[in-house]
Amino acid sequence: MLDLYWLPEPVDWKKLLAAPQQGAELWSHLVGTANTRLDFVRTNQLDNLLQRSFPNEPPGLTTRPIRLAILASSTVTHLLSGLRVAALRRGLYVQTYVTGYGQYQQELLDPSSSLHRFAPNVVLFATDTRHLAGQAEGEVDSSGTEKVVSRLADLWKTAKEAFACQVVQQTLLPIFPALLGSNEHRLGSSRAYRVAAMNTLLRKYADLTGVDLLALDASAERHGVDAWHDEGLWLKAKQEIHPAAAPMYGELVARLIAAQMGRSSKCLVLDLDNTLWGGVVGDDGVEGIVLGQGSAMGEAYLEFQRWVVDQSRRGVILAVCSKNDEANALAPFERHPEMVLSRSHIAAFVANWDDKAANVRKIAQRLNIGIDSCVFVDDNPFERNIVRRELPTVAVPELPEDPAFYARSIADAGYFEALSITAEDAERTQQYQANLQRESLQANATDLKGYLASLKMELWVKAFDQVDLKRVVQLINKTNQFNLTTRRYTEEEVAALIDAPDAIGLHFRLTDCLGDNGIISIIIGRRNGKDTKMAIDTWLMSCRVLGRQVENACMNVLAERAKHLGITEIVGEYKATAKNGMVKQHYEKLGFLPLSEDPGVGSVWRLELANYTPSETFITIREG
Amino acid sequence: MDDSQVLTQLTEIIRDVLNNDTLTLTQETVAADVPEWDSFNHINIVVATEVKFGIKFKTAELEQVRNVGEFVALIERKLDQKKG
Repeated sequence: MLDLYWLPEPVDWKKLLAAPQQGAELWSHLVGTANTRLDFVRTNQLDNLLQRSFPNEPPGLTTRPIRLAILASSTVTHLLSGLRVAALRRGLYVQTYVTGYGQYQQELLDPSSSLHRFAPNVVLFATDTRHLAGQAEGEVDSSGTEKVVSRLADLWKTAKEAFACQVVQQTLLPIFPALLGSNEHRLGSSRAYRVAAMNTLLRKYADLTGVDLLALDASAERHGVDAWHDEGLWLKAKQEIHPAAAPMYGELVARLIAAQMGRSSKCLVLDLDNTLWGGVVGDDGVEGIVLGQGSAMGEAYLEFQRWVVDQSRRGVILAVCSKNDEANALAPFERHPEMVLSRSHIAAFVANWDDKAANVRKIAQRLNIGIDSCVFVDDNPFERNIVRRELPTVAVPELPEDPAFYARSIADAGYFEALSITAEDAERTQQYQANLQRESLQANATDLKGYLASLKMELWVKAFDQVDLKRVVQLINKTNQFNLTTRRYTEEEVAALIDAPDAIGLHFRLTDCLGDNGIISIIIGRRNGKDTKMAIDTWLMSCRVLGRQVENACMNVLAERAKHLGITEIVGEYKATAKNGMVKQHYEKLGFLPLSEDPGVGSVWRLELANYTPSETFITIREG
Repeated sequence: MDDSQVLTQLTEIIRDVLNNDTLTLTQETVAADVPEWDSFNHINIVVATEVKFGIKFKTAELEQVRNVGEFVALIERKLDQKKG
């Protein structure tokens, strides 16, 4: 089925439709709603609200209102809501006009017609396949086929002269069954072959006359003709395009209009770990990331990088936005032999531990491009959602779980629709690198608290047990960055901690409204016999959940459990490694006081539990 | 799925297509009883029903349907065929 699958599912549809706002605020609400995954029924519902709310263009609209005339040879009224909503998705306001049934040529040629009175600024020739190529086998030869196209091209010219505007021609859906089969081209007069020949000719004539094509044939190749066309509906209602395909039809047209207005996206902002390669470079090291020949996953990331480089060659600006130490983030670019992307492809490279919404803002400012021309690609739903929430004009596609489909999925979303290629496009990355602007001093305005509160995070605490033993051992042995002591233990050693009287072994699982993040943190505490002092042997956490107050919530749990065991003092140790610089101040941030410090080696900290005030977080603690 | 379950789901679909949250349907309802249920919306109702239930109606099957009750019965038949 044709489905706008890269858009996130709408949340609470009835409430979205209730829309209490007015004016410009209502308009932004509608734009936001249009940017969710809508089927044709919901598209119609949203269009209904749009039409009722804005019979005329909304106040303060910053884009030119579109007057779209559809020159159709069969029924298209069922496509209008898809067209208007797809334009809305891009912040464009569209009024539509459809020529009378079977009247498109007459209306175009008659200067006093209602088409001319409508004065369109975009003209779409929605000519159906039967209309252009429907004559029976043998009735027309190849010169006849070309005559049909050249006559059509004359009409394009008339439209261009009359309205001086963008003209779009839809290509023919390959709806006719073959007569010969695979070698249909040997029967030049068959209708199935005629459609293919005509689509080739349409491309030639369109290039000669400056007309843009709506490539329904290419989409049918990708999604199947049956997704676009239903014989039964043609017979019943002369609908060549299936009503369920209307959102996609509108989407394809709106891309062309947006591209013509210079409103296609310009910049691809990419995450690194598990987006451009598999694994976490800060933990796994350059040698440990999954990239390159030898494994299907490694090749999938390679293939995605190739697609990204191809996009850069044709003019899309590339940026990196990664939660990482910069040195770690750069390492694969400098040292991994199979990286296809190189540092020179990246116009803006941002790797730090700030929230990603702030970093996308920074990237747009540095490159001096509109924030609405950025496409943010990240495998982590937490990051996708904070960017959507904070920067609603940034395009944030859902990503499939399998990296093999990353490129396909972003391509299907059509953010970078372009109508032509100039030499300047190919040099764009260099230009942007040369023009890098000073970093803006504008304050980081991300509403992180509001976002965290909206996530409904729950932290599930459990003492070590057999069930989760393997995952716990795995985390202990691979976590490098958020790891205070980097002590490694075997499965037997960890198993010995289960029910041990002189140790606490806790693992923490984080869930939120986006899903289950799995076990993401481990703490091991030890004490001598019934001593009232406990030492933290191990404290580690997955960087995936950094910046979400998880460490504070874990500390609250630890303090609570320790008190319960009669402990009054906790001692924490930081052992410096090449990779764990990020947790140098961990204990200080949690309110511990310094005991000793040995520069370059580490530090020891202590906390009197009587003095501990639990941190306030947006995380609910759960047992189990 | 029994009659009343199918009718409930169908009502939900038709409410969405016709943008009428208060619409109630009975087995006896015919399209002419509902002001917004014109030929344009009729096709949308059929297509939305096909998508929702994962079924496909034959042209001839639809021509025989005269009221909501018969449509419900047809949907149930198609669902049974799908299972079988």
